[in-house]
Amino acid sequence: MAEGIPILNFLVPKEVLHEDGRLTGMLFDKVRAEYDARGRRQLVPTGEEPVHIECDDILVAIGQENSFPWIERDIGLEFDRWGLPKLDEASFQSSIPNVFFGGDAAFGPKNIIWAVAHGHEAAVSIDRFCRGEDVTQRPPPLVVMSGQKMGIHEWSYDNGVSLDLRYKVPHRDPSVSLRDIKAEVELGFDRELGFKEAQRCLNCDVQTVFTTSLCIECDACVDICPVDCITFTENGEEGELRQRLKAPAENLTQDLYVMDGLKTGRVMVKDEDVCLHCGMCAERCPTGAWDMQKFLLESAKTYLNGNGGHACRSR
Amino acid sequence: MSFLPKPKLHHPKLPTNALGFTRRDYEGAISTLCAGCGHDSISAAIIQACFDLDIEPHRVAKMSGIGCSSKTPDYFLGASHGFNSVHGRMPSVLTGANLANRELIYLGVSGDGDSASIGLGQFAHSLRRGVNMTYIVENNGVYGLTKGQFSATSDKGSKAKKGTINADEPIDLVGMALQLGATYVGRGFSGDKDQLVPLIKGAIRHGGAAFIDCISPCVAFNNHEGSTKSYDFVREHNEAVNRLDVILGRAPITTAYGPGELRDVVQHDGSVLRLRKLHSDYDPTDRVAAMNYLQERKAAGEIVTGLLYVDPEPSDLHASQNTVALPLNRLDDAALCPGAAALARVNAGLR
Ligand SMILES: Cc1cc2nc3c(=O)[nH]c(=O)nc-3n(C[C@H](O)[C@H](O)[C@H](O)COP(=O)(O)OP(=O)(O)OC[C@H]3O[C@@H](n4cnc5c(N)ncnc54)[C@H](O)[C@@H]3O)c2cc1C
Ligand SMILES: Cc1ncc(C[n+]2csc(CCOP(=O)(O)OP(=O)(O)O)c2C)c(N)n1
Ligand code: SF4
Ligand code: SF4
Ligand code: SF4
Ligand SMILES: [Mg+2]
Repeated sequence: MAEGIPILNFLVPKEVLHEDGRLTGMLFDKVRAEYDARGRRQLVPTGEEPVHIECDDILVAIGQENSFPWIERDIGLEFDRWGLPKLDEASFQSSIPNVFFGGDAAFGPKNIIWAVAHGHEAAVSIDRFCRGEDVTQRPPPLVVMSGQKMGIHEWSYDNGVSLDLRYKVPHRDPSVSLRDIKAEVELGFDRELGFKEAQRCLNCDVQTVFTTSLCIECDACVDICPVDCITFTENGEEGELRQRLKAPAENLTQDLYVMDGLKTGRVMVKDEDVCLHCGMCAERCPTGAWDMQKFLLESAKTYLNGNGGHACRSR
Repeated sequence: MSFLPKPKLHHPKLPTNALGFTRRDYEGAISTLCAGCGHDSISAAIIQACFDLDIEPHRVAKMSGIGCSSKTPDYFLGASHGFNSVHGRMPSVLTGANLANRELIYLGVSGDGDSASIGLGQFAHSLRRGVNMTYIVENNGVYGLTKGQFSATSDKGSKAKKGTINADEPIDLVGMALQLGATYVGRGFSGDKDQLVPLIKGAIRHGGAAFIDCISPCVAFNNHEGSTKSYDFVREHNEAVNRLDVILGRAPITTAYGPGELRDVVQHDGSVLRLRKLHSDYDPTDRVAAMNYLQERKAAGEIVTGLLYVDPEPSDLHASQNTVALPLNRLDDAALCPGAAALARVNAGLR
């Protein structure tokens, strides 16, 4: 798009047109997206005249579809209505117990992060399977929460909040890149720009952790929080409580952080949805009732190591 | 205290007032006070009150003396005028500014040391003259800035952090304000903004000398067992006589007046002080009764809070001095310097 290439959506290839053995263009059927009750998208023809687009070359782009034509349908492997193997969502085991799937092949195209996580979980399953253990029993991951306080105003993470908008990766001038197919378009960040972009990180791994017994209800954290996350108020039913916070907590998919046991009988309610993880609440807290703790997750391993965490088997 | 400035980012749904400002627009520089200091909560309450009242920041002059409390005007209303005077001298500087320009909203911020110790005389005279202002004492019972010595409002028998017992009688600023003729007198607690914000709003809309004694714990030097100005002690002994709501514009007036019921007091500028009575025998427009009640409850060990007294039709210093209505900076040369003949007339009048 940056190079001025039009993206024409909802067109399905119908026919390649040619004259005297030379490519002249393509015909496309117009379609529209319809969603079934389960939210699955289907493209249905609109019935309009096909669209003719002139061209002198066609590049077939990579799609993201799973297809398993090479798996014989009589070997006992069950597929669902979209042609994906039926799997247990936790163990990645298929209907043939010694066959496991992972990555794009498991639940359809996702991304590399999911592919790696699937691979890890499937490996745990295979390990347990080979030892004759129940693959539905999943070993827990190792979770470590560690306080980040170094001094009154010092944190072992970079707590400053950048106000910058997203830095775009610089592109080569289209007048160059459009002429030279080998010229790389994205030039990448240089050191300075890369650093500025990294400063925009909101440190979502650093959590605000509240210790009720330490709180003296001085309101300092409430007053300083730049995004009005924190409220001390009477407890109530969630829907109603969400509305009478310092700022209404409207993202229902994000749980509220609620702690009771305060001296005044009120509760501390924090709307995690808008938190910047800036640590101002913890800096202003006179008693350390707020702490900024880094959340470290080590994915599940198949046996316990000496530290109580799970680790890989050596053999 | 924080080294980083407070991020400018705010909640996506942060409301704006009639002027299009958010509450954050009424903030000042980031506070350098101790974490958890009650004074910071009072600053937050002032910010909220000015936002709620749609006040143009440049129409406010904030005055203070010396002390942690007197430092706070730097931490709110960053776009307002301000003057940080010497210790205990805020009231006279405010009085002078008010005489020169009555069109600004005057906010005097002081401490118990600043107003009850070194500045007691100034405090008294600004109130008895009826200077149109909101005078807030951020009362923590100690000299916070100089490391926690007892101040003149520290209760007799109250214990210092290192164990010393205070032997002197405390000065009750609310009692003095009532006796000296302040026309709006309230007491609040920094830990209760629901009560404090309306108290400040009512005071700002009051057309005379408004005084608020706001108990504001000093976490560094006076928040321990044995202190009578700690968060815990104040919460345990707080007896609110009423709950206040400030309604702008002439809202429908409720006349019903019984225990727990509503009573509306309409101030001269049309703002309505809607009071929910919490004590059936308390009438905030009866000054003598208020003074008696306060003495009685104080003897019983209670800290009475709320809007304690209001005269809805106050008179102020400009009225008693019959001063010119226009701010001095808008008078032309002829008016400011009427010449030798006018001076001779004045002198003749004095002979
Ligand atoms: C254009 C495009 C851009 C993308 N960009 C990103 C991105 O920026 N970030 C991101 O996280 N993800 C991105 N993804 C998604 C990501 O690439 C995939 O989710 C990921 O590569 C899936 O990994 P996988 O190991 O499950 O499958 P694949 O990487 O597809 O590996 C499957 C392998 O199996 C081989 N194979 C297939 N059939 C057989 C057979 N019969 N016998 C033997 N071998 C066979 C294939 O040759 C292939 O090597 C992108 C995907 C596409 C298509
Ligand atoms: C003329 C003068 N005398 C003494 C001092 C020392 N001094 C600085 S702040 C202060 C007391 C402040 O107490 P208070 O007004 O209660 O403020 P707080 O810090 O408690 O908020 C004193 C005595 C001074 N600055 N100037
Ligand atoms: S970390 Fe920052 S944004 Fe989050 S609650 Fe604390 S002060 Fe608010
Ligand atoms: S700053 Fe700390 S002590 Fe004060 S209200 Fe917040 S959590 Fe409680
Ligand atoms: S010394 Fe006391 S009054 Fe001063 S900033 Fe610290 S807590 Fe507040
Ligand atoms: Mg003090």
